[in-house]
Amino acid sequence: MKNLKKTTKVDLATYIGVTVAFLIMYALQTGGHLTSSISGQLVPICCFIVMAVSLNLVVGISGELSLGHAGFMSVGAFGGIIAAQSLAETIPSTPLRLVVALAVGALCAVVVGFVVGVPVLRLRGDYLAIVTLAFGQIIKDLINCLLVGYDSHGLHIMFNISGLKSINDLHLEETGKAIIKGAQGAVGVTKISSFPAGFILVMLTLVIVLNLIRSRTGRAIMAIRDNRIAAESVGLNITKYKLMAFVISAALAGAAGALYGLNYGSLVASRFDFNTSILVLVYVVLGGLGNIWGSIIATVVLYMLPEALRQFSDYRMLVYAIVLILVMLATNNDQLKALLGKIIPHRKEAAGNE
Amino acid sequence: MNEKRPSHKGKMVPLPTNSIIPERDLAVTPILECRHLGIDFGGLRAVDDFNLTIGRTEIAGLIGPNGAGKTTVFNLLTKVYQPTRGTILLDGVDTAGKTTAQINHMGVARTFQNIRLFGNMSVMENILVGLHGEMNYSTLSGVLRLPSFFRSERIARERAMELLSIFNMEDTAEALAGSLPYGAQRRLEILRALATNPSLLLLDEPAAGMNPSETAELMENIVKIRDTFHIAVMLIEHDMNLVMGICEGICVLNFGQVIAKGTAEDIQSNPVVIEAYLGKQQ
Repeated sequence: MKNLKKTTKVDLATYIGVTVAFLIMYALQTGGHLTSSISGQLVPICCFIVMAVSLNLVVGISGELSLGHAGFMSVGAFGGIIAAQSLAETIPSTPLRLVVALAVGALCAVVVGFVVGVPVLRLRGDYLAIVTLAFGQIIKDLINCLLVGYDSHGLHIMFNISGLKSINDLHLEETGKAIIKGAQGAVGVTKISSFPAGFILVMLTLVIVLNLIRSRTGRAIMAIRDNRIAAESVGLNITKYKLMAFVISAALAGAAGALYGLNYGSLVASRFDFNTSILVLVYVVLGGLGNIWGSIIATVVLYMLPEALRQFSDYRMLVYAIVLILVMLATNNDQLKALLGKIIPHRKEAAGNE
Repeated sequence: MNEKRPSHKGKMVPLPTNSIIPERDLAVTPILECRHLGIDFGGLRAVDDFNLTIGRTEIAGLIGPNGAGKTTVFNLLTKVYQPTRGTILLDGVDTAGKTTAQINHMGVARTFQNIRLFGNMSVMENILVGLHGEMNYSTLSGVLRLPSFFRSERIARERAMELLSIFNMEDTAEALAGSLPYGAQRRLEILRALATNPSLLLLDEPAAGMNPSETAELMENIVKIRDTFHIAVMLIEHDMNLVMGICEGICVLNFGQVIAKGTAEDIQSNPVVIEAYLGKQQ
């Protein structure tokens, strides 16, 4: 029972911390005390928190290395944009349209997650890393071939595999709108994302992920990570639980992608390339594998860092890399951990919880 | 000192299949029946023509020199390896094509020679994973924290505490499984296996690394587990005190072949067994 209380305490602190941070930033934003650059980062930070927490479910909790998480974000982003743009007249209410767009984004990512996950998660070893790496690249190229428009007849979708077609080949009516113009990406997107929506998505993600890992399903996923053969011997269906973690993670990434896509007037698929996947992986590793609040803090700090290092101009990414290495060294230093353990008595328990 | 507990053992009677089972188990289907079981690894016949029947409440022993194929038999029974030849019947049901997880659902639980606990999880959580099948709430009600989640979790935790009390391990419930002493890890593995509600418990060297007094306690507890849960136990063990003390039927394996079957008395006086262990007398 004590364990239940301890993990509940950690979870509660995470919820409260996120809520307090949101309220402060929201008050500052509405009061006009934030610079436009920070204000513009609030929604993307929420998106990347959701990305990091959901990737942690696969990498930290399920123990499978996924290198294509941005691919799911991409699927969700363009799925969400198509939904939001084409439903602009059907659903006039902006918040409702955003909810629908996020749901569509999540659903698209679920479908793709199944297609990628079902064959690969049956295998052992590093296959998932290789396949997700390829998937991230493929999805980017596929979206670069996509032509989508909307008019009174409904959606027009065309795959421009030859590279010779343009948006005009969709033969839209005069009143029709182009939504995705191949390599130019999504254009003329109505920005409907907002910081409160981002906060709600983060909280929803936390509730789903934290409650999941404290339930029998989460224990099964962690047991498979810790010892596959023993997990099978106590009757757990390995593929089912690995797939479950992977698909839930994909769904959350898809929703985050939709929110991200609807935060900008235009969006190209190359925004979600291999670098983005690695960036999210860095957040997860730095925050601690399996440590949800760690992922949140790492995301916020590392997302803000390049902005804060603007004064170094050309050497910005160099300093960023050095800071990363230093933080990695510091968090893996036993002496430093022991020192922290003396200062904060609960630190040791929290470490055991990771 | 442990030899003086014959009361745990029942009278053994022979079957037409050349196996012996306790007389009290004759009326019911044997829990396990292996017929001509065998597996090849490439050209190596790791186990060949393995025949064994175990009674419903029997404590059976599987012994043999190192590399005889004892753990391979366990891996065949739990379908970690798929047999090349032969049949395994569990409670009279053929297990052909079943997976390891399905074998567990059919009532077989096991421990491992090299301990395989979920090291990053607590002792309680390890047992709760074993109780996974006993809990009946869905993933969705777990995420939404519906009343069924709390009810089911509470019952499971109470059950886990009961299991821990078998080995007086209640106070270690919150400790990390990987941080327990060696003997306690072995005991936890047994409890995790028991949590899956098996009718046949396979123990792979349960006394390895234990001192004599721990081993004596373990022997009592294995008998206690059999009597409390009314299950069959099959164990691989090198500690002959333990094997001869509690095992009713004993099967001796050498180079993948059964060289002797019988009670402790039969085995101890069998010249083939003595030769397998000590070499041929000149």
